[in-house]
Amino acid sequence: MTQKLVIIGAGMASGRVIEHLAALDPAAYDITLFNAEPRGNYNRIMLSPVLSGEKTYDDIVTHDDAFYAEHAITCRFGETVTRIDRTRKIVHGAKGDVPYDKLLIATGSAPFIIPVDGRDLEGVITYRDLDDTNAMIAAARPGRKAVVIGGGLLGLEAAAGLAERGMDVTVVHLMGHLMERQLDEAAGYLLRRDLEKRGITVLTGASTTAILGANRVEGVLLADDTALEADLVVMAVGIRPETRLANDAGLEVVRGIAVNAQMQSLSDPDVFAVGECVEFDGHLFGLVAPLYDQAKVVAHGLLDRPDAFTVRDTATKLKVTGCDLFSAGDFADGPGREDIVFRDPARGVYKRLVIEGDRLVGAVMYGDTADGNWFFGLIRDGTEIDEMRETLIFGPAFQGGASADPLSAVAALPPEAEICGCNGVCKSTIVQAIDGGAADLGAVRAATKASASCGTCTGLVEQLLQVTLGDDYAAPAAQPVCGCTGLTHEDVRRLIKAQELKSQPAVWQELGWSTPNGCHVCRPAINFYLLADWPVEYRDDPQSRFVNERKHANIQKDGTFSVVPRMWGGITNAAELRAIADAAEKYDVPTVKVTGGQRIDLLGVKGEDLPHIWADLNRAGLVSGHAYSKGLRTVKTCVGTDHCRFGTQDSTGLGIKLEQILWGSWTPHKVKLAVSGCPRNCAEATCKDVGIVCVDSGYQVGVAGAAGMDLKETERLADVATEAEAIEMTVAFIQLYRENAKYLDRPYKWVAKVGLDWVKNHVVADADNRRALVARFEVSQTVYRKDPWAEHAADAPRFAPLADLTLEAAE
Amino acid sequence: MSWLDIGHIDDIPLRGARLVRTRLGCVGLFRTAEAEVFATSNACPHKGGPLSEGIVHGRKVTCPLHNWVFSLETGEAMGADEGRIATYPVRLDVAGRILIDADALGKRSAA
Repeated sequence: MTQKLVIIGAGMASGRVIEHLAALDPAAYDITLFNAEPRGNYNRIMLSPVLSGEKTYDDIVTHDDAFYAEHAITCRFGETVTRIDRTRKIVHGAKGDVPYDKLLIATGSAPFIIPVDGRDLEGVITYRDLDDTNAMIAAARPGRKAVVIGGGLLGLEAAAGLAERGMDVTVVHLMGHLMERQLDEAAGYLLRRDLEKRGITVLTGASTTAILGANRVEGVLLADDTALEADLVVMAVGIRPETRLANDAGLEVVRGIAVNAQMQSLSDPDVFAVGECVEFDGHLFGLVAPLYDQAKVVAHGLLDRPDAFTVRDTATKLKVTGCDLFSAGDFADGPGREDIVFRDPARGVYKRLVIEGDRLVGAVMYGDTADGNWFFGLIRDGTEIDEMRETLIFGPAFQGGASADPLSAVAALPPEAEICGCNGVCKSTIVQAIDGGAADLGAVRAATKASASCGTCTGLVEQLLQVTLGDDYAAPAAQPVCGCTGLTHEDVRRLIKAQELKSQPAVWQELGWSTPNGCHVCRPAINFYLLADWPVEYRDDPQSRFVNERKHANIQKDGTFSVVPRMWGGITNAAELRAIADAAEKYDVPTVKVTGGQRIDLLGVKGEDLPHIWADLNRAGLVSGHAYSKGLRTVKTCVGTDHCRFGTQDSTGLGIKLEQILWGSWTPHKVKLAVSGCPRNCAEATCKDVGIVCVDSGYQVGVAGAAGMDLKETERLADVATEAEAIEMTVAFIQLYRENAKYLDRPYKWVAKVGLDWVKNHVVADADNRRALVARFEVSQTVYRKDPWAEHAADAPRFAPLADLTLEAAE
Repeated sequence: MSWLDIGHIDDIPLRGARLVRTRLGCVGLFRTAEAEVFATSNACPHKGGPLSEGIVHGRKVTCPLHNWVFSLETGEAMGADEGRIATYPVRLDVAGRILIDADALGKRSAA
């Protein structure tokens, strides 16, 4: 007997159900198909090529009028369903009721609209169906500006399509990297790079606070007060199951319509649900493969054939021409897992396999996804991979042999890449010299001057010798940064500049790191190099800092911290001292000590009290003394001409000025200064990183002193007549140190490597270069010359435990 | 097992850690990836350093006091150092809530 089946929603999942029914038992059901869109089933996955203009709607129709006629399906397209009456088993459509024996809900999903002002303005479009796509095509004009909110699969496809149509596109993404649910950071970085090559601007970690415009959209405002112009805004931040009808009908809905493994509503066995509107066993579904599995189960269920739906891994591919990415399975979550990482910077290839026991459980690939389906098969089938583990990452075709080239980062450099910054020597010049017979470092230096000055590019020149000469060249062993890379600090610094690497994932990928995200040795170094070279573009990463710099306080052996407020040039007053005394009492500080840098140390403060003691000290005008940082510590002074009968210049005033210019800056290691008012040197300036001694004729600027593990007197950088010159020399020297030294080398160690003459050439002899160094320091200081205590005091919850289970009642 | 909701994954910075105070001492929660979190005892067996203040890399953490490195999966010290930290079952639900096994924390008391 023919029963009545009503289907609400003509999408890809319900379309597949109809196909199965038609194939298995076409006479079983008399089908009525409702669809709110005024059309039948089309291939929604292919909307991206429609948007970019590579396809038309006609190309992506799955079921045309002839199909529906052939299978005698009553089509109610362009008609919304208003209500489901489960008691009387009737579906109320806008144009009339239809009774059912079985009901299939396939309402799909609705785009998530972020609740910001301006979301209803004309020109704000979501990206779900053909109408949205057509609206975008209509709005797209070459040169107009589009902002896409959301850097997931859908948002990026929209962005690429709009860029293809000539729009100026910016993607605004809340998370730290693109497609964070499908990709890890390294693959997200490569994707971003490829999108940027197409002229798409990508902003990550960017939160939208409002959409601006009077009548229609004019711009987008971000949480950091950046305002982006926009003629079109596409909101693609995510989807949620469309469950309003099911809710109103009293069916159990969690996030989606709750179903059993037969895809029947938990509340009503005559009601089935399929597709993106469904929730099964805590899972929601957005990709097509599980939807097709569900469709088969629904068709079998409607025909009383036993079947059950199970959740399987799915694979993701981005449908943007030229961005070749693939992810499958689970590449996060869960102990007992190991990674195999393969990077080929020359080809922009990244592959990561996640192994649990003797099975492959996840794979992320970028740049070369040819083996994706093979890996996906291994994941899906739970194949034992013990036997092929060693060579697994090279794919099914691997028959032993080739391995990754450790020199590929250098080999990948373009011929015009600058290798030696001091002498302006590019890669091709060096390679030509080698081809012309220069067979060792000395010969290359003689022929090109490369690495003949500061020497920091020596490692790169040696690698070029190795790449060019192959086995004929025996490279002297150099100390790599850590076990994550074969490159030295100097190599990494130069490559960061030469390849314009501006993020940690960029460094890991382009320089072929062997670990997913570095280690405690390389991360702080890379973080410093990036912020020193790209102060505006790169954002400091607290998770790559030692605890003291992350907490802005010095950890003590018992886990408490010490707090040292800044006293500019060692000068304080009664109000500041009173505030310090009050704080010491309020927070039960066990030890208060005067430091060698002319300030006061509060030792033994509890971690969670830090933001509170900072707030108290801030109120008295006291800021962080950075007594914990690889950065400017103190400028020690004597009282100079103000009080001392021997003082020749205002040493206190100069010290305060220097401290106010330099404070907050990060450096390769700590930097301590002193200014003495006369050669009696009460401020002990001659053993500091920079020490200035005032004399009648002006200022003697000394650098590269030491009074720690080593004891060393400063060397004279320059004698200058005015205070302004003394300041300029000091700042230029510190910037040169920031740009060139190896992380954790104090200035005296660095100067010993490059030579004082080289430093003098850059800072003293070349006035233009000196001013350029000062200018670059100032750019960096626009970001870093601020009080970290004031910033973190507002973030007090982060310093407290995440949870306190000691407060739970005992069981 | 009895799963206890102690916070959201986004309460922990990526490659960062947070502390959970229990009646029997502190537990460190480590976020190693966008959606991956581990729980271990917070004290380094060497000199009691607070591991949740260390640098998190791969599925490992480095003690801030003397650079001992521990696997967050097994709790074993890596390299030449010998020692072990307790690990506790922890998982994420689909909404990103962090669930820790309260029974396992309880067992810590019996030990």
